[in-house]
Formats: sequence, C-alpha cells, structure tokens
Amino acid sequence: MSSTSSPVRAAPSAPPRASSTVPPWRNPRVRSAVWQGLLVLVLAAIAFWLVSNAARALDERGMTSGLGFLLDPAQFALGEAFFVFTPGHSYLAAFAVGLGNTVMLSIVSIVTATVIGVGLGFARLSRNTLISGLAHAYIEAFRNTPQLVQIVFWYSFFTLLPGPRQSWSIFGLAFASNRGLTVPAPENSTIALLVLCMLLVGAVLAFTIGHVADRSRRRTGRRWKGLRSLELAALLVPALAAWLASGAPLGWSVPELRGFNYTGGATLAPEFLAIYFGLSFYIAAFIAEIVRGGLVSVDAGQIEAANAIGLSRADLYRKVMVPQALRVIIPPLAAQYISLLKNSSLGVAVGYPDLFSVSNTALTYSGRTIEVLSIMAVIYLVLCLAIGAGANLINRFVQIPER
Amino acid sequence: MTTLAPRSFARSGPAASRPAPTPPHGVRLFLTTHLFPSPLAGLTSLVLGAVLVLALWHIARWAVIDAVWVSPADGSACRAAAGACWAVIGEKYRVMLFGAYAYDEQWRGAVIIVLWIVWGAISAGSWLSVRVRLAGWALVFAASIVLLKGGILGLTPVGTDQWGGLPLTFIIFGGTITGGLPLAVLLALGRRSELPVVRLLCVATIEGVRGIPLLALLFFAALVLPLFLPAQLTVDKLIRAEIGMIIFFAAYAAEVVRGGLQAIPEGQEEAAQALGLGYWLRMRKVVLPQALAISVPALFNDIIRAFKNTTFFSILGLFDVLGATKAALQDPNWVRYGTEGYIFVFVLYFIICSAMSAYGSSIERSHQRRGRRAAR
Repeated sequence: MSSTSSPVRAAPSAPPRASSTVPPWRNPRVRSAVWQGLLVLVLAAIAFWLVSNAARALDERGMTSGLGFLLDPAQFALGEAFFVFTPGHSYLAAFAVGLGNTVMLSIVSIVTATVIGVGLGFARLSRNTLISGLAHAYIEAFRNTPQLVQIVFWYSFFTLLPGPRQSWSIFGLAFASNRGLTVPAPENSTIALLVLCMLLVGAVLAFTIGHVADRSRRRTGRRWKGLRSLELAALLVPALAAWLASGAPLGWSVPELRGFNYTGGATLAPEFLAIYFGLSFYIAAFIAEIVRGGLVSVDAGQIEAANAIGLSRADLYRKVMVPQALRVIIPPLAAQYISLLKNSSLGVAVGYPDLFSVSNTALTYSGRTIEVLSIMAVIYLVLCLAIGAGANLINRFVQIPER
Repeated sequence: MTTLAPRSFARSGPAASRPAPTPPHGVRLFLTTHLFPSPLAGLTSLVLGAVLVLALWHIARWAVIDAVWVSPADGSACRAAAGACWAVIGEKYRVMLFGAYAYDEQWRGAVIIVLWIVWGAISAGSWLSVRVRLAGWALVFAASIVLLKGGILGLTPVGTDQWGGLPLTFIIFGGTITGGLPLAVLLALGRRSELPVVRLLCVATIEGVRGIPLLALLFFAALVLPLFLPAQLTVDKLIRAEIGMIIFFAAYAAEVVRGGLQAIPEGQEEAAQALGLGYWLRMRKVVLPQALAISVPALFNDIIRAFKNTTFFSILGLFDVLGATKAALQDPNWVRYGTEGYIFVFVLYFIICSAMSAYGSSIERSHQRRGRRAAR
C-alpha cells in the first residue's frame, strides 16, 4: 500500500539527474575527452617542433630528402653477398643484398639453434648425471654472457688461427684456418640447393599426408595401408626427381691444400662463422630452457598412465609428452626466433654484410640518415611480424581444440 | 573323516627373520643410478667421459701447462710459448677495466667498482629494508657519476669522452634501470588505460620498439635525434645512446609489469574505488605495490639482459668493457692474444650475470615459500 509513495521506488524512474547537475569539469566523460585532446595537442606541438628543427637542419646542410636516392648508384662494394654487388649497383640492390644475407643467416641459425637447443633440453632431463651436467654447464655459460662478447670472441678465435698451411684438419675433410672453415661442398651448388628445396617440399607433403590420414582414421576408424611408405615416398620423390632431372650429379668437391690456399670445397668466412656461431649457440641455450620447461610441465600422472599401459619410452615421448609440451614451448620459442633475427644486426660488429651493416654503409655514403634508418626499421618490423604470424599458424595445430 | 586336513594355510607363529637387503650407497649408489643404470647408458657414460677427459686435457694443456703468465711488455715470452698467454691480461687489465681514463685518476674508477660490488653484496642479503637498499643504490649511482665526472670536491673534471671500462658499464646499466623502470610502469599503466588515445600511444611504442633491433634504436638515438633538436641544444653522445637503452628496456619491462598488473584481482581496485581513492592514489597505494612485487622475479631477466646489452655501446664507439678490451687488443705486440683477452671479458660478465641471476631466483624461491606459508 505504501509502495507507490515509497521514495525508494521513485528514484530509479527519475531521469539520471547526475549529468544535468554535475558541472562538466567533474563529469568523467568530459574530463577524459579533454585530457586526451590536450595530450594530442601537446604531442602534435612537440612533433611539429621536432620536424621543423629537422627541416631547418637538412636545409642548412643542403640535403634533400625523399626516397629517390634508392635508384642512384652506390659507391661501395660489399664483401660476402647473396649475389655479386659492386660499386655502380643501386642502393635498392644494396638493401636487397643485406636483406638476403640477413634472411639466409637467420634461417640457418634458427635451424642450428633449434637442433642444439632441443638436444640440450632433453639432455638436461637425462638421468645420466654426466649428460645433464654438461648440458647445464653449457646453458649457464652461454646464457650469462653477452651475445656480443661471444660473437667478438668467435671472430677473434677464427682470425687468430694459423694460416692455411698449418690449418687444423678435421678428419682431412674440413680445415679451420684464419681464412675460416673450408668444408666439402657439392660440385654444382645450384642443383644442390634445388634438391634441398625439394626435400623441404617433400617434408611438407609428407606432413600433410600424415595429417589427412590421421583425420580420416579418426572419422572412419580405419588405418591407411602403407601409410609409412607413402609418407617416405612423399618425402623423397620430389628431391630424387629433381636430382635425376638435373642429370644426377654425384661430384663432391673436397678441399685440398695447394700452395698457399685451398682448391675445391667451400670456405665459410670468419665473419660469417662468428655471427652464425654467436647467434646459434646463444639462442640454443635459451631454447634448451624452454624445451625443458615444456617437458617438465607435462603432468606426472600422464607419464604414469603411459607407463601403466605399457607405452615404450619412444612412444611416451612421441605420443604423450611432446604434443603436450609443444603447447607450452611454441609461443616463447617464437619470441626467441624473433630475438635471433633482431640480433643478427650484430653482424655489423664483425663486418658481415647483413641488413644492418649494409644500411650503415649506405647511410655513410648517401648521408640520408632518416630515410635509410627508417627503411631498415620497417624491414625488421615486417620480418618480426612474419615470424610471429608463422608461429601463430603452427600454434593453431598444437593447441587444444576448443568449441 | 580321519584325514587331517589343515584348517588354514596361513602361517602361524613368527617367520624366520632375514637380514634386510643392503641398498647400494655412497659411490656405488651414485654410479648405479646416475652413470650405469643399464649397459647402454653405461657405454654412453664411458664414451662421453672419455671425450670429456680428452677435451679437458687439451684445454688444460693450452690454458695451464703450456701457458705463459708473465712476459716483458713487448710480449716476447708469449711468442715462444705453445699455450695461452695470460700475460696479456696483466699487461692490459687497466685499459680493459678503466678504458682511456687518465692513468693517475684510475683510482676513482676502482672506488666505483668496489662501491658497486660491496653494495651489491650487502643488498643481496635480506637484513635491510627494501627502501634502504634502493636509497643505497641511488646513492651509489650518484656517487659513481660524481666520481667519474669530477669537477667538485677537488676532483679534476673528466669529459664523458674519456669515460670507459667497468665504471662506464655500471653507469650505463644504472641509468638504464633508473630511467627505464618508471617509464616501464607508465607504459604498462597506459596500455591498460581506459583512454583510447593513451592506450594507442603506449601500444604503438611498446610494439614498435620490440619489433626493431636494439642496435637500430641506438643508431636512431645517436644519429637522428640531433637532427630533430635545435642546433644550439647539443646532447652528449653518451646521453643520446642512454636514451635509446632506456626506451628499449622500458618496452620489454612494460610487458612484464603488465603481467603483474593482470595478476591483481579486480576487487582490489574496486575496493579502493569504493573508498573514494582517485586513479593515481589507487595505483600508488593499492595496485602497483602488489603488481611490482609479483613482477620482480621476471623483471630480473630484463635487468640481466640490460647489463649484457651494455656491450652494444662498443659498436657506437664508446669504451665500455668490451669496447675498451677491443681498443687494448689493438696493440701490435698483443694483437695475437685476442682469444685470451676476450676469455677474460667473458669470465667477468659471467661472474656478474650469474650472481644477478642467482639473486633473482633466490627472490623467486622466497616468494614461493611465503606464498605456501600464506596458503596454509
């Protein structure tokens, strides 16, 4: 009976008086708009001040701006290059050389670091104290020292080795000297590269077949007959076909000391070795800890259950532990790959012509500081985003499928 | 009826006592469980052990047996030796540790190194409050700059272009942390802000900086910054590079702090809001103290990386430990012993970084212990 007269009931029906009576400077929405507007104004003013300073500075030095210089001929040569670069090629070509070197170096280092890192991660969990102890020592030594010190150390190590005549022989096949590491190489390197690429294509093909077979088995409950041989064929046939189609060359060129230098083989320069070792060995220590963390994160009950149903040790790893560990491993692994890519810029410290060091040279010769540094930064950003996107793609395969 | 069937097969009375099996212990326990659990594993251990002994023997022969420890200043004793030349360190340690700092004033650098090590050891213990420890670090940092710069208290002034070696490395590191941590907190708060403009700016800064190499950032700071500033305002090369370091550290640390912020239950902030606290008071008194305490162990990774990254200054032509060592090894008499010189630098960084990393994990362990006690 008192419900109609109750002030408690009346209040909600009343219009929100707050907005009309509260002065605008105490209204949170007005305040946030004002603050953000002020922030934008201040930043714009600072930006305008900076840019006008830069414009004046460039004007005084008689420098022009813009990206037109990219097509001008560059006045420098590059040492070890993805393709031959001599003075007279354009700046654009120089950037292409740098990008090619950075990408190639990063791919080779990422593969090496992953192989070493995964090995060390498993070794760290070995019950054999000798193995786990050695892995632990490696990880501590490489993680707790600056990467740049390691790179400079490797460079100094290789350049201080004796000359080719007193070189260190590794089973008479490879030689380490102050020219770098001379290793056997296939005689026709383009065909070798083609075969290698085809092997990669085969691996992707085999993986896809395995995936499709697995899905069909889940749907129908039937196994594909001869799946293993089919996968093996998918892996090998493209590479084999490419090799046969190119005339099936068998020749390997083995380095041999003639006079003062080697003939045959391929020589990896100290500059490349220093940055390659420096990148791979350093990141491998971090990957090892990520892999160990992933394996340890698998619930002990899972391992006990696998043992209880009598899975072999290999199956325990392949079917139970690794698939679950991968979920934990892949995101931080991608971060390490990105860090490796970015630190490939340290090649400049030993004179390896990667993207950063080429940009640095181009900057010195062209004087276009802002443009050159911006182009370089954008390329690195795009490369990092590409690795991140790739990792996300792989992550989707290993994640727990959720509705 | 008359056959006597046993009523029970259970034993009655006590069983014959047998001696307890003697489990392997001591050396044998270690060998059977760790080195020779199975024939194959035993073989692995043997092969690996043999390789290890061989490698160690080669290293020992180079590093100790055939090594030269002292040599005349022209390095003649080293040239005759087959092993390592540790004499290079005795000859060059002053350049490696103090760079191009005037010879007579190098005691100032030595005092700085001692200050950092002593206060580092004191503040690693837990008998001082966090506030005292931080105040001490601020004092040590300020004293280092005063000592290195001179100009007051009767110290001869020394230009920043002559700063070098370990004192410079410590100062770069100290500056990065002092400037980077507050910036990191601001960036982390900004990333969670409700104001879209602020959020966008912070996200762009963090992601942009994390996407490019530190070296690129340092070059931006060193080469592009002066172009954008008026001609009459010249900023020291050291400070420009330091700005790059600070921004880089802040972008990474901001993500760690953001993780800590996310771990604070929303109720905490709502309760503070209910008490009528404004945004900054809420952050300063309620949210940040908890978030930072959670972030400290993870922050140690970034702090150690900041220390390792001080070596990047050598690429800019500044004489941190690595840059000073490079310069020291230019001497034609000693240029052949770069390997020994860099091993010295390697060991120096290894000791400092391992100490920091051990301290970081000890903090993490004590956090966990406290968490377990609280949960009980």
